[in-house]
Amino acid sequence: MERKTKINAETGKQELVITREFDLPLDLLFRAYIDPEIIEQWMGTKVLKFDCKKHGSYQLETTDPKGNKHGFNGVIHEFVPEKKISRTFEMENTPFGIQLEIYEFEPLTDETSKLTMHVIYESVEQRDQVLKLPFAQGINMAHNRIEEVVRQLK
Amino acid sequence: MNLRRDVFQAIADPTRRAILLLVATQSMTAGAIASNFDTARPTVSKHLQILTECELLEQTQNGREIYYHINANKMKEVADFIEPFRQMWDDRFNKIETIMKKYKSK
Repeated sequence: MERKTKINAETGKQELVITREFDLPLDLLFRAYIDPEIIEQWMGTKVLKFDCKKHGSYQLETTDPKGNKHGFNGVIHEFVPEKKISRTFEMENTPFGIQLEIYEFEPLTDETSKLTMHVIYESVEQRDQVLKLPFAQGINMAHNRIEEVVRQLK
Repeated sequence: MNLRRDVFQAIADPTRRAILLLVATQSMTAGAIASNFDTARPTVSKHLQILTECELLEQTQNGREIYYHINANKMKEVADFIEPFRQMWDDRFNKIETIMKKYKSK
């Protein structure tokens, strides 16, 4: 299987780089990141505020299956249309701190484009925690599944 | 075994990573491993103990000597730990692609 999304996370560093080539022209890829309605669709979140300009800020909110609300927010530091967005990102009420995200958008052909996401965390430990999050959730899900199966056996 | 000790903690230490690199190609005794480091022998022993406890290293008795070698399966598990994170982003990006293709046709 072709791996379109690549993650480069060197051991002992507090940053990581995510790259992805899209089967989309540059303008459409960029729009997916700045149009609140579209962001709501692909992120599965509510956009409370989205002021996409230098010194602007944004606020997002998701509701998990249990009905708990989770807030996210950040400030935009650099905004160059169809080229670059630098912003902070914070998951509220988590120990993950505030991360700095640098998005670079570039055209490959008229119909394809590439996104490079450079994410810098406060510490190596925080980066590793974030990296392990989906891994840990996967293990939890496996555990829950095992519990279910065992319960049915009773 | 200390259950709080996980593999990621184990490979976070540079000396332990160096030990894993050393034994990656050949089995070695504790003495042979220690001779590659300036660190005191008991310190190296402690590192070997941690790596063995979290199953990154395995021991084989050969006469009076204990040889350490790498547990390839466990190492693969570690190499794969980033995969769910990659998968999460891949799913997210695929969604962008699907959604934006609808806008393309308009």
